[in-house]
Amino acid sequence: MKKNEKVKSHEPFFHISKRTDISLKQGIIVRIIAILLALAVCGIVTKLFTGDDPISIFKTVFQGAFGTGRTLVTIHEIAILLCVSLAVTPAFRMRFWNTGAEGQVLIGCLSTAMCMFYLGGKVPDGMLILIMAIFAVLSGIIWAVIPAFFKAHWGTNETLFTLMMNYVAIQLIEFFLKIADKSGSNVVGPDLLSHGWFPRLFGENYILNIIIVAVLTVLLYIYLNYSKHGYEISVVGESENTARYIGINVKKVIVRTMALSGAICGIAGLLLVGGASHSIDSNLADGRGFTAIMVAWLAKFNPVTMVLTSLLIVFLERGADEVSSKFGLNADFAEILTGIILFFIIGCEFFINYKINFNHKKNSVKEDK
Amino acid sequence: MNALELKNVTKRFGEVVANKNINLSVQSGEILAILGENGSGKTTLMNMIAGIYYPDEGEIFVNGKPVTISSPKDAFNLKIGMIHQHFKLVDIFTATENIVLGIQEKQKFNLKDAEKRVAEISKKYGFDIDPKKKIYEMSVSEKQTVEIVKVLYRGADILILDEPTAVLTPQETEKLFKVIKTMKEDGKSIIIITHKMHEVLSVSDRVAILRRGEYIDTVVTAETNEAELTEMMVGKKISLNINRSEPENSVDRLIIDNLNLTNTEGIKILDSISFTAKSGEILGIAGIAGSGQKELLECIAGLIKTTDGKICYIDPADDKEINLKEKTPVQIRELGVRLSFVPEDRLGMGLVGNMDIIDNMLLRSYKKGHSFFLDKKPPKQLADTIINDLEVVTPGPTTPVRRLSGGNVQKVLVGREIAASPTVLMAAYPVRGLDINSSYTIYNLLNQQKENGVAVIFVGEDLDVLLELCDRILVISSGSVSGIVDGRTATKEEVGLLMTKAKGVKENEEK
Repeated sequence: MKKNEKVKSHEPFFHISKRTDISLKQGIIVRIIAILLALAVCGIVTKLFTGDDPISIFKTVFQGAFGTGRTLVTIHEIAILLCVSLAVTPAFRMRFWNTGAEGQVLIGCLSTAMCMFYLGGKVPDGMLILIMAIFAVLSGIIWAVIPAFFKAHWGTNETLFTLMMNYVAIQLIEFFLKIADKSGSNVVGPDLLSHGWFPRLFGENYILNIIIVAVLTVLLYIYLNYSKHGYEISVVGESENTARYIGINVKKVIVRTMALSGAICGIAGLLLVGGASHSIDSNLADGRGFTAIMVAWLAKFNPVTMVLTSLLIVFLERGADEVSSKFGLNADFAEILTGIILFFIIGCEFFINYKINFNHKKNSVKEDK
Repeated sequence: MNALELKNVTKRFGEVVANKNINLSVQSGEILAILGENGSGKTTLMNMIAGIYYPDEGEIFVNGKPVTISSPKDAFNLKIGMIHQHFKLVDIFTATENIVLGIQEKQKFNLKDAEKRVAEISKKYGFDIDPKKKIYEMSVSEKQTVEIVKVLYRGADILILDEPTAVLTPQETEKLFKVIKTMKEDGKSIIIITHKMHEVLSVSDRVAILRRGEYIDTVVTAETNEAELTEMMVGKKISLNINRSEPENSVDRLIIDNLNLTNTEGIKILDSISFTAKSGEILGIAGIAGSGQKELLECIAGLIKTTDGKICYIDPADDKEINLKEKTPVQIRELGVRLSFVPEDRLGMGLVGNMDIIDNMLLRSYKKGHSFFLDKKPPKQLADTIINDLEVVTPGPTTPVRRLSGGNVQKVLVGREIAASPTVLMAAYPVRGLDINSSYTIYNLLNQQKENGVAVIFVGEDLDVLLELCDRILVISSGSVSGIVDGRTATKEEVGLLMTKAKGVKENEEK
């Protein structure tokens, strides 16, 4: 062992403390600074690595999302992402880390597609849509309640369990694809799923989906903030001890809340297949189950704020796609820009929650020596 | 020369002063006991020596040289080792693997050599340890031994033991003390934190006493006695002038008979507790923190299930006995038992810190009615009433309670519990951390409840308060009742001695 009589003095240079008193105005200023910094860094990175003019790249990003003929598609994208984000919110408010929204959406897609495939033409379309909805919601609930039940009764890890359920859902879809389409295609398309399409409203696609999600947003907001159930979710999420103290049945609340999460995921699956793609493949959820976690978190689990955060994410994604195709850049470069912006937006939350104190005090013992 | 010396060490946590101008010294080959009630700052002080906290003011000297200890590594380099109350061991590793974990040596590591050295150290000091045994197969006492050997293996000359006997049986304690004495003969300095009087007297050379973060004195053990130490620990009686009325029409309200509780590790938390709480009186519960008070209240409130013993409520309406054992809080409420409970952990159990005052009022009442939606009107009114009547300092009823000061948080909690017009009111440490004014508000509220005929159970730590507020005081020591005294006639020393009366001593004396 080393004999080290003298110990170097190294008082930390700064320490971090939690702040509780930030005003709304300060919070907004911090976020605006973060976005400006993000754009500046994006500009520098673009200039350095591609030599392209950053301003025109930002213009392209905007056109990608809201250029001619794209607005409705973008809004629909926002609606679907918002729907999945709404789904993860009740569970997350309860601190139940559901990473299985992807699978819950996919299983909803699968149920919808199976109804369309097997019942299409055999029952009236209106009835078919109703059946599709019932099965989509039920399957989503089942997919979500299984891990919730295990968590509530045996304390299993919900993150891993829900994650694994995703792969089961993917494999089930692959299985259905093999049965439904003998040609070996990895998509079952609109030709096979020709019934049960959502009606077009105002002569446009997607309008019904958007309306459904808008209504869901309002309903969920009311449920979480004004219902007894919502109140129980908040208490369980904040402190299980308090929940126990006032006699809330924690197990029941966990299972019930995850059932709700699963149901909304099922609806998202229904909208994706019945109201948009009219086809199914195992990649239909397209990672939204995970992106939704970020959307929900950025919005601090407030359904109304989530409209803005899902807009931000979709805007960035679609803009980035456009940039990479228009400037002939690698698709990964667009991802880098998205990453930089998200890094700043999420990173600034640190400065909203914590404050950094620098230690100016000189170490008295050191001076004595 | 002193092996370790502290001069005017002060540590604050926010506004709370945990240690104020502490002076302390230990010589080589000496056992120093640090004596103090819970919350007197013993552990904070030791953590500063061990490098876990950094002192705000003051100096630390090791072997006469001033030092800066800003991490456990610094402490280790200065040959200071601390054995914590909660062990920090890897379950699936063997004793030796745990002991050598984290040591960086230049030469290639050899487990055989390490095992040999562990065996040597064990032999030298008389430890009973199998170097190859895995931690998960060990008893609590064996795990503690591993922790001590771990510190010795690293060459520590100054050992700090934080309440080492709290988890041990009397036999194991004796064994530990034997080892400590051997280490002392080897020239090590040992600091032992404890609040058990007989241990202090039997093992230490000198005793340093702390009270409420302040250093009182250091005395030579041989020149003192139990009564003197108790007085220094609890302090002189201070008159608080709390009003106390004579109980009127007192009848039995809550009967606890032979209640037992064992935790998952098989250690008895509650040991044949029996007492009766009467209406119109305040029953105090005194005891060193962690003697089972918390569990006792949680058993009564239905938060912990007990299978043994009797918890019985007497209905004031018809004098019928209602069994509360094995009932959940909801079932207790449905039986019409108006039991209110102010738990020790205010923001972690009694209230939800991130919710505002109104939502916290809702905790008790949100289920009322058949509507799917919350009715926020009554809690809003209740919040306003409590803010006005109890003078809660808050920007408004929609401020999250965690932003309020400790006293105001407690007013919100007690106010809500009293608003349920209870027949039994249990309050655990309701004035802990509160300033004088807030404390008196709470005393007055409890007294009002008593005058209204409520059976009040008050778990406290300040003996002055207990002796002036309570009609009777139940003293708990290591999970069993060591005495019930009259609050009007008992003395502080009497209660202090009952608090520190250990069961182990009795058993030993019987032998």
